[in-house]
Amino acid sequence: MTGAFYLASLVAAVSTGLVITSLNAVHALLYLIVSFLAVAVVFFILGAPFIAMLEIIIYAGAIMVLFVFVVMMLNLGRRAIEQEAGWLTPRIWIGPSILSATLLVELLYLFGSGILSQAGGITVQAPKQVSVVLLGPYLVGVELASMLLLPGLVGAYHVGRQLKSENA
Amino acid sequence: MNAESLSIPLAQGMLLAGVLFAFGLIGLLVRRNLIFMLMSVEIMLNAAGLAFIVAGAHWGQADGQVMFLFILTLAAAEVSVGLALVLQLYRQFQTLDADAMSRLWG
Repeated sequence: MTGAFYLASLVAAVSTGLVITSLNAVHALLYLIVSFLAVAVVFFILGAPFIAMLEIIIYAGAIMVLFVFVVMMLNLGRRAIEQEAGWLTPRIWIGPSILSATLLVELLYLFGSGILSQAGGITVQAPKQVSVVLLGPYLVGVELASMLLLPGLVGAYHVGRQLKSENA
Repeated sequence: MNAESLSIPLAQGMLLAGVLFAFGLIGLLVRRNLIFMLMSVEIMLNAAGLAFIVAGAHWGQADGQVMFLFILTLAAAEVSVGLALVLQLYRQFQTLDADAMSRLWG
């Protein structure tokens, strides 16, 4: 199990290093998704399956979709088509595919060996325990989080709107 | 304590979180593209959340996961406002270079 942790850590570190060194935004996003998946595997090994799911759904899913939207919106020029053709050559997928396949093999091994269970030696913090703590002592924090999200929504809408002066 | 002896040592998880945070910080300081700077901020927030999860797993408490939920909320709000700002700045300046936006005017 410690070896699995090291492998996932290595994948996370390598893909994060490739994020900050790659010149192309779409390639960096691919590696960033792999990095989040690797961190999700680390969460599984650490006994936090609920957080691992949230990492995949929200970080690697929702937030990355926002990034992809903005990257694609910013390149709506006449060079956009040839640019995207250059981004999505099959050679680009080799690096992220190798790293993701490593994670997949590791995850299949972990599930097959039954380590990822209470009997396997991991102290699993079940979602029930997390929610009992979340809605108990941290209830004020939940309210504050909702008060953060609403101004975030309004602010993003207000800042991102099309200004009238640009259209003239 | 006997359950913790089987799990991952605290120092190694913290080391991974530190490495990821350092990568994010380096990316934030080195890159001048606003998209890459936002991605580096996401990496740093994720590393901070990883540190909370590692600590929570070490002490056997669920508080670390609760803190990760809060960090996740913060990251979602931050990235939506940040990307809206990036869109607006790109419309104004036609570039994503952060150095091109170092001057303010009324």
